[in-house]
Amino acid sequence: MSTGQTPDHPGNRDTSEASIAWPEVWAWAGGRLAVAGRGLLLFGLALAGLIQLALLAGALVGVPVLTVRVATTGHHVGALVFGACGLVCWLVVSPLVLRWMRSLARLTRRVISQWTQVPIADPYLPRPWATGGSKGPRRRLAWLLTDPATWRDLLWVTVNGLVGWILALLPAGLLFLGLFGIVAPYASVFQRFLAIGVAAVGTWMSPNLLRGYGYFARSMLAPTKEAELTLRVQQLSQTRTEAMDTGAAEIRRIERDLHDGAQARLVAMGMTLDAAGQIIDTNPDAARALLYEARDSSVKALAELRDLVRGIHPPVLADRGVADAIRALSLDTPLRIHLASDLHGRPPAPIESAAYFAVSELLANVTKHAEARQTWIDLRYTDGMLRIGVTDNGHGGADPARGTGLRGIERRLAPFDGVLAVSSPPGGPTAVTMEIPCELSLPKTSSC
Amino acid sequence: MRVVIAEDLFLLRDGLTRMLQAHGLEISAAVDNGADLLAAVTADRPDVAIVDVRLPPTFTDEGIRAALAARKTVPGLPVLVLSQYVEQLYARELLAGGTGGIGYLLKDRVFDSAQFVDAVRRVAAGGTAMDPEVIARLLARNSGDGSLAALSPREREVLALMAEGRSNAAIAQRLVITERAVAKHTASIFGKLNLQPSDDDNRRVLAVLAYLGG
Repeated sequence: MSTGQTPDHPGNRDTSEASIAWPEVWAWAGGRLAVAGRGLLLFGLALAGLIQLALLAGALVGVPVLTVRVATTGHHVGALVFGACGLVCWLVVSPLVLRWMRSLARLTRRVISQWTQVPIADPYLPRPWATGGSKGPRRRLAWLLTDPATWRDLLWVTVNGLVGWILALLPAGLLFLGLFGIVAPYASVFQRFLAIGVAAVGTWMSPNLLRGYGYFARSMLAPTKEAELTLRVQQLSQTRTEAMDTGAAEIRRIERDLHDGAQARLVAMGMTLDAAGQIIDTNPDAARALLYEARDSSVKALAELRDLVRGIHPPVLADRGVADAIRALSLDTPLRIHLASDLHGRPPAPIESAAYFAVSELLANVTKHAEARQTWIDLRYTDGMLRIGVTDNGHGGADPARGTGLRGIERRLAPFDGVLAVSSPPGGPTAVTMEIPCELSLPKTSSC
Repeated sequence: MRVVIAEDLFLLRDGLTRMLQAHGLEISAAVDNGADLLAAVTADRPDVAIVDVRLPPTFTDEGIRAALAARKTVPGLPVLVLSQYVEQLYARELLAGGTGGIGYLLKDRVFDSAQFVDAVRRVAAGGTAMDPEVIARLLARNSGDGSLAALSPREREVLALMAEGRSNAAIAQRLVITERAVAKHTASIFGKLNLQPSDDDNRRVLAVLAYLGG
């Protein structure tokens, strides 16, 4: 919105009330032109699809047919050459065209999502080599051919190339019709008015026309229920594996800490007490010293157990829930933390724990890397989502792709379908937002 | 001196009772939950209540809430809270009244019975007993503070002991220096932190804790 339109702007008072608000008119006209342009570009994408379709048909059908015809004429060498070409077309060209078609479909989904506000998700199966294994051409071909989305893309390109493009072209076409109505040399007044009228209504409706095209595209390009479920199953099995690995690693760490820490100290204590018992009659002073030593050992063992418990499940988290646990955490860090919490109830315990450790890790990151003076933590529950925002005024430049810390937090949240978004431009500030879908239970001790 | 104990684990309750009795304190009641604690303090009016943080039925922060409730029923009731872990959050809540007669210690501190009984007596007399771990974490958190950085290492030691609630005499004994030296250090600390000096031990502690907590 331009500042010229704000009601209390002095410039606005001078213009008379009846005059046309030209900036708005220009903005409106610009918007309609943009819609027409976008429609034209979508039409271009449909044409590109037709070209791909033609290439595919040529490679799969045209070349073999030619081969057969040449062979029937008796030119054996020619038939051999054509046969080789046909083989190459079948094995190399057509997969390439299919790949290209997929890129085009991806592009179409992206621009339609952006231009018509009809979001379309990608339906493709994840690359099997992303989780290990070879990346050979056979595996790639199998991935491409076994994915039903490939064949749906082909169907889309066909239908879109035959009829779909008409809808995409309508906004620009109607605009053109209006122009033609004005400038056409041989046209009756009635025809001119009809053309301009149709064009005006069409232009008025053009965003809706484009959106209609968006819905049409979504009906063919969006993942089917089956594809969605397949993707979901794959994602679930991946996060489950990760969660189990993390859990197992955690248990190993606890076992090691207990073994090297508290257990070892208890063994030492037992030996010290035994030694004290041996000499208590002959040398009571030395025995007393040993007893005190054993006592100090028990203090140290307790301290280690406390630290261990804090790392597994912090006491305040168990006592009071995630908001107070984060408050307690913020009292223990050197950062200045402003905590705003609006939680009326408690999320399920595993989610509380994941959220707590995610915030704890983020604060550790801020302390270590950001050189921030202040940090704001915002905890709220809206639309079935636990939302946690952590913002610092440090120097920014945090990248989830590079930082293992942020990646670790993503892994922590993934089993709960939680997501993490990071905005961290160089120079700061860094804003991390986490969202975890969950239900809140009512607080145990309600004061109201 | 009469003491009420609220601790749900029999072994610890029994151990505490014996230890305090051995040091000449009278145990007027030893209970295992928050409701009984409230009843006991109202009926017996003890000089001090010793309360475990985790008590039935929820085994969370029952003890903190019971302690605060007891202080509401019996205003000014000295309370010493014992816990397996210490949290600044809970320390703040206990201190929020700002009246003293509050202790918050790790259970490990009972290993040194002389020191522990000293803390019990201090709290019963309206003083403060904060666990060294609470103070250490407060100091660590405030390490970026310019005024704290201006303190000498010795002054920081004195500050920590003062924040735990110890008297000048106790600090002097602990650091093996004279009481006059301690007084000199405390005056210097209060000057550097820009705090109002006070002869009242308890008000002094609360001022220091407020400074570190804010």
